Amino acid sequence: SSAIVWDEYLTGPFGLIAQYSLLKEHEVEKMFTLKAGRLPPADVKNIIFFVRPKLELMDIIAENVLSEDRVRSPQRDFHILFVPRRSLLCEQRLKDQGVLGSFIHREQYSLDLIPFDGDLLSMESETAFKECYLENDQTSLYHAAKGLMTLQALYGTIPQIFGKGDCARHVANMMIRMKREFPGGQNSIFPVFDTLLLLDRNVDLLSPLATQLTYEGLIDEIYGIQNTYVKLPPEKFAPKKQGEGGKDLPTEPKKLQLNSAEELYAEIRDKNFNAVGSVLSKKAKIISAAFEERHHAKTVGEIKQFVSQLPHMQAARSSLANHTSIAELIKDITTSEDFFDNLTVEQEFMSGIDTDKINNYTEDCIAQKHPLIKILRLVCLQSVCNSGLKQKVLDHYKREILQTYGYEHILTLNNLEKAGLLKLQTSSRNNYPTIRKTLRLWMDDVNEQNPNDISYVYSGYAPLSVRLAQLLARPGWRSIEEVLKMLPGPHFEERQQIPTGLQKKRQQGENRLTLVFFLGGVTYAEIAALRFLSQMEDGGTEYIIATTKLINGTSWIKSLMEKLEPPPF
Amino acid sequence: RKFELYSMAWNLQEDLRAPYLSPAALLKNNLRREKSPSSRPLLEIYSASGLPLASMPGNRPGLGLSSSGGGEEGRGWPWGGGVQEETGCLVAGGGGGGGEGTEVLQNRVREAKVFHTEYGTGVAILTGAHRFSLTTNIDDLKLRRMPEVPGLQKLPSCWAVLSQDRVTLILLAVGQDLYLLDSTSCSVVTPPGMSPHAGAYVQMAVSFNYRYLALLTDTGSIWMGTASLKACLCLSGARPPPSLSSESPRIPACLCLSGARPPPSLSSESPRVPACLCLSGARPPPSLSSESPRIPACLCLSGARPPPSLSSESPRVPACLCLSGARPPPSLSSESPRIPACLCLSGARPPPSLSSESPRVPACLCLSGARPPPSLSSESPRIPACLCLSGARPPPSLSSESPRVPACLCLSGARPPPSLSSESPRIPACLCLSGARPPPSPTCQLHLPCAQGAGSVPGQRACSFHTAQGAGSVPGQRACSFAPGLTPGALAPRKRARRRTSTCAHRLLPAWRSSSVQAPGLTPGALAPRKRARRRTSTCGRSRTRSCYRRPVYTVVLHLKNELNRGTFFMTLQKQPVALSLYRQFCKHQELETLKDLSNQDDDHQELGNFHVHASYSKEQSREHRSAACESRRRGVLASAPQATEDQIKLLRMQRRLQDELDKPYVDFSLHDTVYSLILDGSHKRAEQLYRDFRIPDKRFWWLKISALAERDDWEELEKFSKSKKSPIGYLPGCPIALSMRPGPSAPLSAARAGGGRAHNSPRFPGRELDQAADAAIEHKNETELNLVLAKCTAATDSAVTEKIHRAKAQLLKK
Repeated sequence: SSAIVWDEYLTGPFGLIAQYSLLKEHEVEKMFTLKAGRLPPADVKNIIFFVRPKLELMDIIAENVLSEDRVRSPQRDFHILFVPRRSLLCEQRLKDQGVLGSFIHREQYSLDLIPFDGDLLSMESETAFKECYLENDQTSLYHAAKGLMTLQALYGTIPQIFGKGDCARHVANMMIRMKREFPGGQNSIFPVFDTLLLLDRNVDLLSPLATQLTYEGLIDEIYGIQNTYVKLPPEKFAPKKQGEGGKDLPTEPKKLQLNSAEELYAEIRDKNFNAVGSVLSKKAKIISAAFEERHHAKTVGEIKQFVSQLPHMQAARSSLANHTSIAELIKDITTSEDFFDNLTVEQEFMSGIDTDKINNYTEDCIAQKHPLIKILRLVCLQSVCNSGLKQKVLDHYKREILQTYGYEHILTLNNLEKAGLLKLQTSSRNNYPTIRKTLRLWMDDVNEQNPNDISYVYSGYAPLSVRLAQLLARPGWRSIEEVLKMLPGPHFEERQQIPTGLQKKRQQGENRLTLVFFLGGVTYAEIAALRFLSQMEDGGTEYIIATTKLINGTSWIKSLMEKLEPPPF
Repeated sequence: RKFELYSMAWNLQEDLRAPYLSPAALLKNNLRREKSPSSRPLLEIYSASGLPLASMPGNRPGLGLSSSGGGEEGRGWPWGGGVQEETGCLVAGGGGGGGEGTEVLQNRVREAKVFHTEYGTGVAILTGAHRFSLTTNIDDLKLRRMPEVPGLQKLPSCWAVLSQDRVTLILLAVGQDLYLLDSTSCSVVTPPGMSPHAGAYVQMAVSFNYRYLALLTDTGSIWMGTASLKACLCLSGARPPPSLSSESPRIPACLCLSGARPPPSLSSESPRVPACLCLSGARPPPSLSSESPRIPACLCLSGARPPPSLSSESPRVPACLCLSGARPPPSLSSESPRIPACLCLSGARPPPSLSSESPRVPACLCLSGARPPPSLSSESPRIPACLCLSGARPPPSLSSESPRVPACLCLSGARPPPSLSSESPRIPACLCLSGARPPPSPTCQLHLPCAQGAGSVPGQRACSFHTAQGAGSVPGQRACSFAPGLTPGALAPRKRARRRTSTCAHRLLPAWRSSSVQAPGLTPGALAPRKRARRRTSTCGRSRTRSCYRRPVYTVVLHLKNELNRGTFFMTLQKQPVALSLYRQFCKHQELETLKDLSNQDDDHQELGNFHVHASYSKEQSREHRSAACESRRRGVLASAPQATEDQIKLLRMQRRLQDELDKPYVDFSLHDTVYSLILDGSHKRAEQLYRDFRIPDKRFWWLKISALAERDDWEELEKFSKSKKSPIGYLPGCPIALSMRPGPSAPLSAARAGGGRAHNSPRFPGRELDQAADAAIEHKNETELNLVLAKCTAATDSAVTEKIHRAKAQLLKK
């Protein structure tokens, strides 16, 4: 019998692959979250720590183990599993604390790609981008390559690999090397994927910075989706019963799981938020019509049929209620003036208006001390859309930010500069307009209700990364060589040999399947755009998406920020 | 040559003298035993191995044995000699079985030495008058008197005969002085490198070929060098002169014995001798090079540490040769096509990194008990990276990129390294012969079930291992042909095993797949990069692709950190950007000071600046750190950062002052917050000053001031402020701020005032709020307020409010 002590961050991703019931079948009796102090009492033989390799966690573990030793309770065995990798430094720290010997097993559990949805895999490695671009630590790329190898072992060798960016090149190299070193020889599985596209996040820094305008994207922007779960303010979800108006509203946030298993959500998640309302009201009509049918049910057979549909209908109704509430919550925000102003400025930048001047709105926001991340998003967006800011503009922004938010943010600004999000315009030429025009990144006539182009996900801006994927499928990257050269990092194509017996014989009308791997994170809007491409009737390509982490502008910038606490005086 | 010690069963109390490998002469003094003073002493000559060669009686009672000499090459006869009391000297030679002797007559002989030169056996005599005479050949007795030594009043403390360029010389030491006597003159000499404080000479010895000389002083130091006194080979306890070079074709430039430190630079141009020879505990000089084609640059014996860098450009010798217990230098390279970079014998530890670029030799050759260096690579297509013989442990990671040779070849008793990989499709990573243990690699364990089938073949565990490892791609015969003692019959089951392996591998595939999720340590992919990373970090950036595996890189980095000295370690890191950045992360967690040093070393002002900023927030002395940050930033190219930092320092100074004056916390507020709280406290003057000092843009200052004043509820001040200057942000923003700050009925009123009371410019309120404002004004019974609200009303929409206000005004007027 055993108990698991969880690093709290890991419970989310693990919840997606192993529920408590499954663990219980494997004799896990208790589960705790890792906390300082003593371990809660549990009558178990083994204690297993599941932790990320972080030094501060090691200190907590050491405290746990030491206090356990003092109590002299029945001897327990300790084990430690590092996710996703063992770390020498952590073991060293445990050794320094004198508890390393207490652990009977020290292993690593390399959790690479976790399925998030039918077409979405993520490694949930929150610091991948920061590690790759700021710290020059490419461990996460190694894990990505390993995840891809696992995927290939299960779904066959992917014959073509395309990529853009330094990290992509690196991952492809590692994959090729791992394949060469794989002693089992040829993989004899029929290849499912036709193409793998590896994309660096720094090829497209713009998309995460802009505000996503799909339903799911907005939920993420506003409330943050963590491992497919979202926590929402409970007020709107209180059961509305008459006569109970004065009763206390629930204070616990409402937690909802969001994935395509929910029929309604699958339909609306990738729509532009402006198109969600009409779908919801249509759904509402259909459901109430379906409920009305009971009045028409005359015969016992009809009633029986109605009753058998009832659970499904009730589920649909509650799902509709939930999403209506969420939509209301979001609408409150999207209709606010501030949201609108912010969006206007973003769209101005993305369509290339006044990107080289100090922006009034940004200045005002700084003056009013709006949240720093919002400011950074705006400034970075402007910098990216202008291929860097002029010295004067950049200095002004920096000064304003430092004076308003505090000098300690100088490190954050440095980080952003290092990552290329905020930079000085080096050449006199601004590449962004060329890129925008060639790749048609800005579409003026957007149809949000019935979109005909991926630009609907940002109501005008077509995410560059997805455009690259789209152009790769048709007509191919050769047509955009010039632009590819302007984007950072090399682009490349690799072919992996597969035996002739396994080569695909394409049937008429059969879609090609492309795996798009975003190194450094992907936003929900980009995912929506790729799903939109999959569903296009004449597209001919379907997409599966993999990434190191699901991000949005806020979480992304946050991961690049340096936290400094002034010393107490 | 061989050095051996025999213990002989003689119970000798007499003198026994025998130089190197020569016969021993023994003067048996029968006096003591037989108590007969007149009896003559017996001179016996023995060969080096103890066989008696000759024996003869001396004619007079002797003083004792003085010297005996080795055989003359031409005649093959050994010679012995003795000094007869006071009168002369007997020189005896034993040839064949009998003996013959020659007596040299001289008065008052004090000491005599027999020597051998190309002219034959000679004798040198020191008389009681402190004069030397010598003859170079005793067969042709012609005594030559040597010149007088000036001021010699007593017997010299020691002396020796030298023969140089066919001239016989006498070297004698009196106290601290050395004199060299030739046939005509006497000169004072000093050995090079001898310290003046070395003391008086007490003993000297000359090598049998008169080339080398050793001197011992009463302080215990030993000087060794050439007999010409021109080159010093070594000094024990003293430091040899800083630069030495040996031009002699036969001697090393330096010879170090225990504890001596050789001079810092040495070079040997001789084709036959190493530049340096180190014996136990001596440390060779840091840089050595041997240009000779036949001799290693350094030769280290037990416990000696070879210099850190060596290179051999010679085609025939390894750069370093280490014998038992010696540690070869950390970096070696052999560019020679025929010789391994390092050759380690029992117990020697080869240097951590070696590489052989030669196509024919392994990078390292380890014999019994030697531990090969941790990382090796062979780029040669024909040679394994490592060759380990009995008991040697191959390095932990090896890889062979060659298509034809295994990465490692282990012979009897050797243990192959734990991780191996072969990129070649034809060759197993490791080839183990009799008794060698295959590495405990997970891959091996994974295939173990299949391998067991072959285990029944006697003694062929190792073979079953390579079949498993090669996963069927190695032709069985070829792999097995290396294993000794294999009969062809043994091949068949192995072939079968091989076949089974491949099918087994096939079946294992799904298992592996699932295991790749559950226990990723077992995936083959996990093995190779580790090793690769390790090699990459220690060999110098040969490949441009970067490794990305934190743990192994850390392993290597930490190992290097412990092994190398700091400077070398940093230099090594410089070449490894990934390792460097990982080490930076490590330092960020554990050794902040090192981080500083690293940035300092790289001249990375940005990083250094960041470090100081970090430090300033975690330590007390923030000011100093920030000025340091500022300084380092200024040195860098960044234009704006130093300005920002300077501003911050200025701000901190002001905040401290404010904190002292106003007794409220200000330090480490941002400038914005500082001004804000100053306004909140009503210190408008100070706020204005900050505004000017830091050149806060007008716009921001207005926003700041309006919101602060609104929060303070200071509407009079707000109104005053709004009227003071034309607002750069318009008068609109004041209202929503006022509305949000002051919920309640009087909000719109405040808002109106915030708008600066300018009717033409102020915002329009929705009717409801205007109504509230009117109510508030009526309640206050304040006419100006009423007028203000009235000004906001438009006749068309707000007639009700207008009317209400007029009524209130009328009422007010009545009162």
